[in-house]
Amino acid sequence: MNTLLFYDFSGLALLAIGLHGLIRSSHPLRKILAANLMTSGVFLIMISGARGTGQTMIDPVPHAMVLTGIVVSVSTTAVALVLVCLVQETTNRALLWQKRKREKWGRTDG
Amino acid sequence: MADAAFWAICLVVAPLFFAISSFVRGGLAHVFGPLAAWLNALAVLGLTVSFARSGPLRYAIGGWQLPLGINFRIDGLCVLMLAMTAVTGLAVSMYALGYFSLRIGSARQMSRHEQQRLFFWPLWLLLWAGLNGLYLSSDLFNIYVTLEITGLAAVSLTALSGKPAARLAALRYLLVSLLGSCSYLLGVALLYRCYGILDMAALSRLVSPGPLLWCGLALLTAGLLLKTALFPLHFWLPPAHANALAPVSAILSGLVVKASFYLLLRLWGEVFAQVLPPAAYVLLGALGCGAVLWGAAQALLQKRLKMLIAYSTVAQLGYLFIALPLIRLDPGPAARQAVVLLILSHACAKSAMFMAAGSIFLKAGHDRIADLAGIKEVLPVSSFAFVLAGVSLMGFPPSGGFVGKWLLLGVSLAGGQWWWGMMLVTGSLLAAGYVYRVASRLLVFKAPFFSRRQAIPPVMEWSAVLLAVLAMLLGLLAGSPLELLAAGNQVFSPAGLEVLR
Repeated sequence: MNTLLFYDFSGLALLAIGLHGLIRSSHPLRKILAANLMTSGVFLIMISGARGTGQTMIDPVPHAMVLTGIVVSVSTTAVALVLVCLVQETTNRALLWQKRKREKWGRTDG
Repeated sequence: MADAAFWAICLVVAPLFFAISSFVRGGLAHVFGPLAAWLNALAVLGLTVSFARSGPLRYAIGGWQLPLGINFRIDGLCVLMLAMTAVTGLAVSMYALGYFSLRIGSARQMSRHEQQRLFFWPLWLLLWAGLNGLYLSSDLFNIYVTLEITGLAAVSLTALSGKPAARLAALRYLLVSLLGSCSYLLGVALLYRCYGILDMAALSRLVSPGPLLWCGLALLTAGLLLKTALFPLHFWLPPAHANALAPVSAILSGLVVKASFYLLLRLWGEVFAQVLPPAAYVLLGALGCGAVLWGAAQALLQKRLKMLIAYSTVAQLGYLFIALPLIRLDPGPAARQAVVLLILSHACAKSAMFMAAGSIFLKAGHDRIADLAGIKEVLPVSSFAFVLAGVSLMGFPPSGGFVGKWLLLGVSLAGGQWWWGMMLVTGSLLAAGYVYRVASRLLVFKAPFFSRRQAIPPVMEWSAVLLAVLAMLLGLLAGSPLELLAAGNQVFSPAGLEVLR
C-alpha cells in the first residue's frame, strides 16, 4: 500500500470522525473539538497532495496553504470558545440544540 | 488620475487600517467608521471610473505571476458587487451613527451600549475589508481566507447585542460557518490536486470532467450553500439575523449572504459552466423553489417583524438559485443581468427594511406585528421606507426586482421551461402577502400609544428611505450597471487569458 494513500485515508477518517462529532455531540465544547479534528483531516489531505504522483520535487504551495489554514483555525477556535463562555454566562446553559435536557447536565456555573 | 489597481488595493487596505485604528483608539471609533465608509465610497467611484475608461484588468499582487501568485481580477461583476457593498455599507454606517448615539444617550444600561459601539465599528470595517477582498480576488484559497474573515466578523457582530438568544444564534452561526468553510477548504485542496492552480480564470481554461473534479466541486458548493443558507440549510439564518442589532441585521441580510452567492455564481456561471451537467443546475433551481415557498410560508406565519424580514431573506435567496438553471439555459446575457439586478435590488431593499424595522423597534419598544398599528403617526418616514422596500421585494414595476424577474420570466418562457417562471410569479404573490400583512398594520390609522417617546434621529430614518428609493429606482437606472457587467465579461472567455497582463 502506498504511503500517500495511507495519509489520504487517515485524513478522510479524521474528517468523518469530526463530522460525526460536530453533528451528534450536544456539548458545544465537543462540537468545537470535533470541528478542529475535521480541519486537521483536511490539512492532512492537503499535505499528502503536495507530493504528486511521479514527482521528485515537493510542491510548497499546499504547505503554505496549510500554514494559513492553521492560523485561521486557531482564530476561529478562539472566537468559538469566547462565544461558548458568553452563552454560558447569559443562559446558564451548556447545551445548544436540546433545550429540554437541561436537567441532565445541570447548571454548571451557578 | 490613479489607475484601477491602485483603487483596488485601497479598497482592501483602507477598511483594514481603519478597523485597527478604531479598535486601538476606541474613543474615536465613531469618527473613524463613517470616515472609512466615505473613503470606501470614493475608492469605488474611482475604480468604476477607471474601469469604465480602461476595461477589465488583472493585477498580480507583489508582482508574483500566476502559478504561484495571487491575482486581483477587476471585471464588471466585481465592480458591481463592490459598488453594492459601498452604497449599502455607507447607508448602514450613517444609520449606525444615529443608532448608537441614540441608545447611549437614552438608555439605562449605558455601559453595555457604549461597549456595543466600541466593538461595532472595528468588526464592521473588518467585515467590509473581507467582502472587498472576496469580490476582488481571483484565487480560490485567498477567497477562503476572506470568507473566514467575513464569517468571523459576522458572527461576532451577531453576538454583539448581548441578548441570550443572539449569543446562542451566533454560536450556531459560527458552527455552521465552520462546517461550511471546512467543506470549501477540502474542495479547494482537491481542485489543487487536480490542476495545480487555484486562479479561477486559469481553472476555467483547464477544467475537464472527472471524479476528482466532481468531488471537489460538490464540496465547494456544499460549503457555499451552507453559508448562503439555501432552503434545507437555512435553519441558522432567521435567528441570527432577527436577534442581532438593527444595523447588524441590515449588514448580514443585505451583504454577507450575497458574498457566498457571488462565489456560487462565479463557479457555476463562469468557471465550471462548460463541464457541469444541466441536471445539477436543475437541482439547485429546485432547492431555490423550495426556499421561495418555505421562506414565504414561514414569513406569513411569523409574529415578530424582524423574524418576518429574516424569513423573507430565505425566500429571496431562492430567486437567485432559480436564476442558475436559467443562466445555463440562456446563452445570451439576459439571465446573468437579471440575477445581478436581483442581487443589487435585494441588498438595498432588505437593508432598508431592517433599518426601518430597527427604528420602529426603538420607537415602539417591541416588534410584535399585531401591536404596531398607528406607528406611522410617529414614524412616517420609516414606515414609508419599510413599505417602499417591501414593494420593491414584491417586484413592482419601476424596481430592480421587477426588471430582474421580468428578464428571468422572458428567458424561462423562451427556453420552454415555464415552470421556473411560474415559480417566480408565485413567489411574488407570496411576497405581496407577507409585505401586505405588515403594511396593513403599519399604515392603518390609530392614535398611537407608545411607552418610549424618544426621538429617532433623522439620519436613521432618511438613510433607510434613501436605500429603499434606490432599490425602487434601480429598474430605471439599470442601463449603466448592465453596461459595466457586459464590459467585464470577456475577461472570462478562454481567449481572454492570454492578453492579461
